[in-house]
Amino acid sequence: MSTSQVSGFNTQVSAPGPFGGPAGPTVRAVHDQFHGDLLEVSMGPQHPSTHGVFRMVVTLDGEQIVKLKPVFGYLHRNHEKIAENTSYLGSMPYTDRLDYLCSMSTNWAYALAVEKLDGQPVPDRAQYLRIIMAELTRLLNHSCLVGFLFNDLGTSFTPLLYAFREREKILDLFESLSGSRMMCNYQRFGGCRVDPSPEWLEAARRLAENYPRFLDEYEAMLTGNEIMLARTQGIGRLNSTHAINAGLTGPVLRASGVDYDVRKIDGYGVYPRFDFRVPLGAHGDTYDRYMMRILEMRESVKILSQAFRDLPAGPIMDPKAKLRGFRPKAGEAYGRIESPKGELGFYLISDGSPNPYRYRVRPPSLINLTLLEEMCLGHTVADAVVILGSIDIVLGEVDR
Amino acid sequence: MLGSGIIKGLAVTAKNFVGSYYDPARMTTVEYPEQPTVLPENYRNFPFLVSENATDPMGTLRCVACQICEKECPPQCIIIEKSKDKKPDANGKMQLYPAVFGIDTSVCMSCQICVEVCPFDAIKMDKVFEIAATDRFLDLYLNREQLAKPNTYYHQIHPEEAAEVDGRLTADRKAAEEKAKATAAAKAAAPVAAPKPADSAVAPKPASPAVKPQDEPRRLVSPKPGEGGSPLGEGGPAKSS
Ligand code: SF4
Ligand code: SF4
Repeated sequence: MSTSQVSGFNTQVSAPGPFGGPAGPTVRAVHDQFHGDLLEVSMGPQHPSTHGVFRMVVTLDGEQIVKLKPVFGYLHRNHEKIAENTSYLGSMPYTDRLDYLCSMSTNWAYALAVEKLDGQPVPDRAQYLRIIMAELTRLLNHSCLVGFLFNDLGTSFTPLLYAFREREKILDLFESLSGSRMMCNYQRFGGCRVDPSPEWLEAARRLAENYPRFLDEYEAMLTGNEIMLARTQGIGRLNSTHAINAGLTGPVLRASGVDYDVRKIDGYGVYPRFDFRVPLGAHGDTYDRYMMRILEMRESVKILSQAFRDLPAGPIMDPKAKLRGFRPKAGEAYGRIESPKGELGFYLISDGSPNPYRYRVRPPSLINLTLLEEMCLGHTVADAVVILGSIDIVLGEVDR
Repeated sequence: MLGSGIIKGLAVTAKNFVGSYYDPARMTTVEYPEQPTVLPENYRNFPFLVSENATDPMGTLRCVACQICEKECPPQCIIIEKSKDKKPDANGKMQLYPAVFGIDTSVCMSCQICVEVCPFDAIKMDKVFEIAATDRFLDLYLNREQLAKPNTYYHQIHPEEAAEVDGRLTADRKAAEEKAKATAAAKAAAPVAAPKPADSAVAPKPASPAVKPQDEPRRLVSPKPGEGGSPLGEGGPAKSS
């Protein structure tokens, strides 16, 4: 087959819209045109590049993807139903296990929803601590992501280990504060669990101060790398209309140029007091999604330095907050935050009993995953792996 | 120039390679079994039960089998059965104790909720993490005897937290003592007053043996209820049952 034929097939397949998807006739047409066999390959669930137990059923023509079906649910743990049968407090440690890289922000989202439900105020110091934790988590998550992205690109482990080295410093801080590296279980309704010591705050401040050095080094190593540019620029394009229609959030949406950040829009916590910018991409390709992470980390460092500067003294827990036998009044609430992966929301309905009547998680990873096919069509399998890496999913959250 | 980005990147890698020999910021690994890492004070792994006295751990458990932790534990991995009888606690008040107290550590998720909800500071988080076992049911299910650890051990692993807890408990005990004294004074004329001073005399004592439990290991061999200084001198009937 000649190249012109291949490109002809390209336009034919990627032309249909995202939601109609490339239906049977299109595949049929490709089949007839080339008289070749389409090959259906199942990637995963045990595949190192799928970041967990995730399966993609890809239909290939030669090396090009003509159809892709994401299959998930392998890590389903019935989180929502369990939470409906557990006390409000008892669900808090389970939320650690949703997005196991960012337990601090997941805790916050859940605490925010419950606080909204009950009208529970939060003292100022706790609000600042929450922002510190959330932004440290953003640094941690994005460093991991850029590391993994290069692993997916084939740079075996060097960038990943550099990123993990920095991540480990943040995890050490989390461990010395909350007792656990990843399952922090730190937020409570009406405040935080432990008050950091001045030494801890000093160490965290120094870490945030030094973080740009790591980012500079990382960018010197990789951002200008020609192979990386060739593999990411123009790959996995997503236009803003599709992204908005599918409800995408977080860096993936912003890489397509849509200015939507829950921190700015909702102004939850004390974020309105902070001066930071929301980076936006222009092309919506893998490279923009990568750069979005790097730029967001730089903004996070800015937020952190302001938070350490302004951190007020005072209690970290509202004195009226109840730990045991917590019963919010009947009603419903939706609490959402800008987690590193996108808008993470918890929707709760209370009937006044100690357990929520309905408990629902809006996981950004799952919703960002819905346009995977749209981004991957016409690209090769190797590119699909990179595109999946740039969406930044974590299966604990996708499957719940 | 094409390729300059790659060369720049290689320079960074080279810097890291050389730095990994002398720059502490780039030397991050430790040779684990030979070189143990220092755990932070707040580190938590699995819960244990605090007992006041190392020589008689079962008799001096702080736990009063109120079963709050059993109810609150999210994965429901605590099993408690209340005792039929009562014995005096550190304040000299008659309390139930757990006849059965088990934690299935293969289910426990180290969340610390049990510690937070316990009103008696009876359950705390341990730091032991080298607990690999070959049998999921026999080795990972910890019973009352395996869970009980003395207060001194708690002081060793979480010094600051334990000091705070002890301060709180001593204050509580003092308050209880004063209350007992007040009641005793109120009933001074009555003959009922006789057991009251005995009660309050017991109260301050557990603190002293708990500090140095290794001092009197022989106490365990000859447990004479009447012997002075035994923190549970009056607990004879409970012990024999
Ligand atoms: S450990 Fe604490 S909460 Fe649990 S039964 Fe004993 S006293 Fe009650
Ligand atoms: S640490 Fe959590 S899971 Fe483990 S016994 Fe305590 S409450 Fe249960």
